[in-house]
Amino acid sequence: MTAIGILNIVVFLLVLLALTKPLGVFMTKLFQGERTFLHPVIRPIEKLTYRLCGIREDTEQRWTQYAASLIAFSLASFLFAYIIQRLQGILPFNPNHFSTAHAPSGATPMTPDLAFNTAVSFVTNTNWQNYFGETTLSYFVQMAALTVQNFVSAAAGVAVSVALIRGFARRQANSIGNFWVDLTRATLYVFLPLSLLGALFLCSQGAIQNFKANTTVKTVEGASQIIPQGPVASQESIKMVGTNGGGFFNANSAHPFENPTPLTNFVQMLMIFVIPAGLTYQFGRMVADRRQGWALFAAMSVLFLAGVFVCYPAEQAGNPQLTKLGLETKATSVQPGGNMEGKEVRFGIPASSLFATVTTDASCGAINGWHDSYTPIGGLVPLFNMQLGEVVFGGVGAGIKGMLLFAILAVFIAGLMVGRTPEYIGKKIEQKEVKMAMLALILMAANVLVFSGISSVANFKKNGYWNPPGPAAANINNDGPHGFTEILYAYTSTNANNGSAFAGLNGNTPWYNLTLGLATLIGRFFFIIPMLAVAGALAAKKKVPVTSGTLPTHGALFVGLLIGTVVIVGALTYFPALSLGPIVEHFLMREGKLFSSLFSLPIWS
Amino acid sequence: MWRQFGPALRITLFFTILTGLIYPGIVTGLCQILFHHQANGSMVEVNGQTVGSELIGQNFSKPQYFQPRPSAAGNGYDGSQSNGSQYGPTNQKLIDRVKASVDQFRKDNPDYTGPIPADAVTASASGLDPDISPANAGAQAPRVAKARGASLQDVEQLIAEHTTGRTFGLMGEPRVNVLLLNLDLDKKFPQKETIH
Repeated sequence: MTAIGILNIVVFLLVLLALTKPLGVFMTKLFQGERTFLHPVIRPIEKLTYRLCGIREDTEQRWTQYAASLIAFSLASFLFAYIIQRLQGILPFNPNHFSTAHAPSGATPMTPDLAFNTAVSFVTNTNWQNYFGETTLSYFVQMAALTVQNFVSAAAGVAVSVALIRGFARRQANSIGNFWVDLTRATLYVFLPLSLLGALFLCSQGAIQNFKANTTVKTVEGASQIIPQGPVASQESIKMVGTNGGGFFNANSAHPFENPTPLTNFVQMLMIFVIPAGLTYQFGRMVADRRQGWALFAAMSVLFLAGVFVCYPAEQAGNPQLTKLGLETKATSVQPGGNMEGKEVRFGIPASSLFATVTTDASCGAINGWHDSYTPIGGLVPLFNMQLGEVVFGGVGAGIKGMLLFAILAVFIAGLMVGRTPEYIGKKIEQKEVKMAMLALILMAANVLVFSGISSVANFKKNGYWNPPGPAAANINNDGPHGFTEILYAYTSTNANNGSAFAGLNGNTPWYNLTLGLATLIGRFFFIIPMLAVAGALAAKKKVPVTSGTLPTHGALFVGLLIGTVVIVGALTYFPALSLGPIVEHFLMREGKLFSSLFSLPIWS
Repeated sequence: MWRQFGPALRITLFFTILTGLIYPGIVTGLCQILFHHQANGSMVEVNGQTVGSELIGQNFSKPQYFQPRPSAAGNGYDGSQSNGSQYGPTNQKLIDRVKASVDQFRKDNPDYTGPIPADAVTASASGLDPDISPANAGAQAPRVAKARGASLQDVEQLIAEHTTGRTFGLMGEPRVNVLLLNLDLDKKFPQKETIH
């Protein structure tokens, strides 16, 4: 590690800290229905939305209605996204002629199972991608299906977080807000303005934004080269702010047209974290005790730094087998050193390690280097981050909800230790809340582990419908423990609605399209619905007065307890699986054990 | 839930138009006016001919040009197939490929004897990395100077001019844009005849 690398990480956290309060204040006002500085411009559009869509702004919903609205909205979104993809051949803005008779050679056909997987993935804010953007999707699909879902799936995530916060903040109430109003406000006041600014900034740095067909140029040495085109900046921007993570191009934020400079890289990481961080402040403010919000922020920061400072040195140390071949692994003033396989020179080791940590702390899933080619320990960090439930700032889709779930468990455990009914933010945490929290946790773990287990052993007919390569394990690109990690990572990422790819797994077969899609749906709804139930139950409760027996939940003791709960639950659940994957691979790498691929695969066929 | 389906369809349609068509339309309009060069791919022209994009790496194999990093995008620097190698650290193929690259690098640059800059023999994430590290460029400088009949000092001077430092001295890594450096070489030390 270098001093500059460490400073880079520290400065990042400080800038984030500085942005947390202003955004938190803004969102608090917005979701409590107060006037903000954007109202003169946006309020008319908001009113128009309600009028056109038949929404009554002044009504409130019980948690069951709130959940039903969310499900109905997700279903409608899914239908739109699915149909637009399937019809891309006859829709406009398709200059590269995908899904038509003039499709370029090497284009991926938009099959029903791929369209299902992609629709589920974008509707749930996951953005797992079983396709190459540049060889599969028309600009119309990228905009009208995917960009739209980038906005509204993120807005739905914020809405649910706000509903949960209301659960803590309200007393003896039977409603937790109005889904349609929360959705509209998040989209119009938070995501649209931030995305517009972000897109202009990214474009100024080199991200492209046009509707042209790909350009073919004659290079300096006389070869012909395709330069891709498209409306990238507009999608890139919401991809980051909405913690969606689905790249316009296959290489995602490693692509120079998505993330052209170190500065855009820094800003993109801030874009991922800023809303989730703002939500912690909003939480503190809405429950009328700002220290509660900062306590969550502190716990998240500790886990964040722990992740970066495991990943960064592992990547800088590099691969000993390559060092033996005479590679420079130490960073110097003229070269990055370390493990540069699957990384870009403009980012180097610190900015790549930081990005990998940030994108999986949050439920973003954008990547600026291939986690598949990270060292075993460097790659374990993003994997474990997702397995913890993306509670470290988390995404706009899942972040603070996960941390509040762990907070409920932490006070429950503390309550067991001293033999008192646990309380959090003045609410008694009783049977129903703990049951719901446990239900969500167990379902998440089962979702990841059961699907990974099945795909590790399931056998299919070679060249059959379900999985043409044959066994599900034949779709991996690396053999040995690394191959197992590829499968585990895929289900972890879809369950966590992260969508970052370890890559190296050919997921575009009916088997993986279907099961990864299911894992995504379970990860989204079987987490959100129990949390809304918790919100509903909490909102109905009285506030209990603070006594000398109450565990204070704003101090260092609670922050420590919370971190401990997160890490212990995560470790106990996933340690066996991690041992079979990255941990054993780490030791094998040091021993110099290598694996040749058993299967010869048509990758991404 | 079915009662909610009406507003759900209407609001999805509304947001599809607003965020799927109007928003990208406005961004495109603004970017085409404000950042015309960048919005269209930061293309580089030589004598009126577009030879590539300054942000998208391209292949160079002749000794008089600085060579970019190994690329796993298609058959190398294929702009329609951005990708990395997807090789894990214990994959035999990774070690074999890097070893081949190391041998080639040593053969191409016999005057350089130091440790190999990591970026010179590893595949980038996008397969389109436009940059190499200054150390990588420095290791190739003697070969390029010889092939062009230029002095090593002049070539090293040119590398220094094309080296971009960290942003605010903090973000990212120092780097050299291969295409821009090579074009500048052609301008300052033109080849009399092509060497193969």
